[in-house]
Amino acid sequence: MSVLLIAEHNNKELKSFTLNAVTAASQMDNDVHALVIGNNCGGAAKAASELPLVKKVITVEAAHYENFLAENFAPVIIKLANNYSHIVCSANTFGKNLMPRVAAKLDASQVSDIIKVESSDTFIRPIYAGNAFATVKSTDEKKCITIRPTSFDPCESTGGSAPIETTEAADEFSLTKFLKREEIKSDRPELGTARIVVSGGRGMQSGDNFKLITSIADKLNAAIGASRAAVDAGYISNDHQVGQTGKVVVPDLYIAVGISGAIQHLAGMKESKVIVAINKDGEAPIFSVADYGLEADLFEALPQFLEELNKLNTIQK
Amino acid sequence: MKILVAVKRVIDYNVQVRVKEDGTGVVTDNVKMSTNPPDDNAIEEAVKIKESGKATEVIAVTVGEEKAQETVRKALAVGADRGIHVKAEGVIEPLAVSKILQKIVDKEKPDLVFMGKQAIDDDCNQTGQMLSALLDWPQATFASKIEVKEGKLEVVREIDEGLETIEINTPAIVTCDLRLNEPRYASLPNIMKAKKKPIEQINVSDLGVDITPKIQQLKVEEPPKRKAGIKVSSVAELVQKLKNEAKVI
Repeated sequence: MSVLLIAEHNNKELKSFTLNAVTAASQMDNDVHALVIGNNCGGAAKAASELPLVKKVITVEAAHYENFLAENFAPVIIKLANNYSHIVCSANTFGKNLMPRVAAKLDASQVSDIIKVESSDTFIRPIYAGNAFATVKSTDEKKCITIRPTSFDPCESTGGSAPIETTEAADEFSLTKFLKREEIKSDRPELGTARIVVSGGRGMQSGDNFKLITSIADKLNAAIGASRAAVDAGYISNDHQVGQTGKVVVPDLYIAVGISGAIQHLAGMKESKVIVAINKDGEAPIFSVADYGLEADLFEALPQFLEELNKLNTIQK
Repeated sequence: MKILVAVKRVIDYNVQVRVKEDGTGVVTDNVKMSTNPPDDNAIEEAVKIKESGKATEVIAVTVGEEKAQETVRKALAVGADRGIHVKAEGVIEPLAVSKILQKIVDKEKPDLVFMGKQAIDDDCNQTGQMLSALLDWPQATFASKIEVKEGKLEVVREIDEGLETIEINTPAIVTCDLRLNEPRYASLPNIMKAKKKPIEQINVSDLGVDITPKIQQLKVEEPPKRKAGIKVSSVAELVQKLKNEAKVI
């Protein structure tokens, strides 16, 4: 049987994590079909057809798919599900919102947020904020699976030429109406895929003080993260939150500033390759996962850090 | 308007979870348990809506072993009017929970069902969406702001890119984010009063729902440990290490 991969996109192009999801899907079965549901989403469908691991692209277009509502997407997927053994999507807010609505209709017990494919029915997933890894076997005939994108490499994005088929739209679900989306635009790398992330916590003491983080992020071409405490306190918007219920990041370098290291924050960053912690409390739990810990007042350390970076002849981009 | 709020009893969020040596799960004996944190936000929001005069009754429901009742009792202490405890033993997957909740919805006919967006034990993030699928109701997941209107809700959702606002007709399901509100603490008099509020107990077998797990848990392991790092004494040393040892900048 084949795998139906639900592509995440913005109608024009694929979202980058779709490439990671394709890699995961191809490990379940090599006949991967990408489903692109949208409105005027030819650009995204073409991009999907160029992924060498994708054998076929199915597109469904209608005005009511413009805003990616799960209530509208689910019936399309359920209609196609007959032909597939696996339905796969990224475990970000798009996939988390959508997949259970599909799984329940198929009477399948979804396997959420997997980090490894052991075989076509056996997967590893973190539980308890990543403090335990469970190996689970799905006994459902149709397996509904969401994958943690940062645990899989992105697939090749060029060289393929899969055929693109079109299928009919399903009826609109009229009880849910999209009103607006406020996306925070930035010239920085995306938090989920950045090579370097600089994060601030409650220790920053104010939103204004995040300027100190911003100037270092600028210098390092890094994304800006935050602990839940900093987001809750209103220092920075929710799309920056790293943790169990925020984003999971695996950068080459994660710099945690004024973050104590609550269990739920560690869940979102402890797989990073190199972790730096700057905190004035030497007993803070963040130091237990840090490769390099600096016990210091961040208001002194950050300006010095910027100064030292300025002294370097070259900085990797 | 009637609001049903689903709550789950989980290992307290401050507990450092330990994996059992035999690989069958995590240690739960003598471990502090509490209500799943975003479920507290769900209860708080329902109680606030009732206090504003827009709802008439808040019912807290849980599914689980005898002790799961504690979470319902806690909900009653912060303002829920009555409780329902569906008694069930062992692992109950989100699909099964949503089928059980569907039966409770059929019986109670609420206008809204609230619950946390995710339980911090299994981290599945499924039950609300599954329940709305089974009922064919609108779903507003990851809600950080709810405005009640005539026959409708306007909900701000936290998404990866920022915020999204949708309007849903009731009846509907809302899964709550931690930033939706600040849950109140139960006062001692209210804890005493809650003891007198009714909790209806229902055996899961009486609901005619098959709760047999469809996912087999083969083993549970500790994640790979990070090797211990070092403390540096100055910012200059830190930058040198990052440049020359870790080679990441």
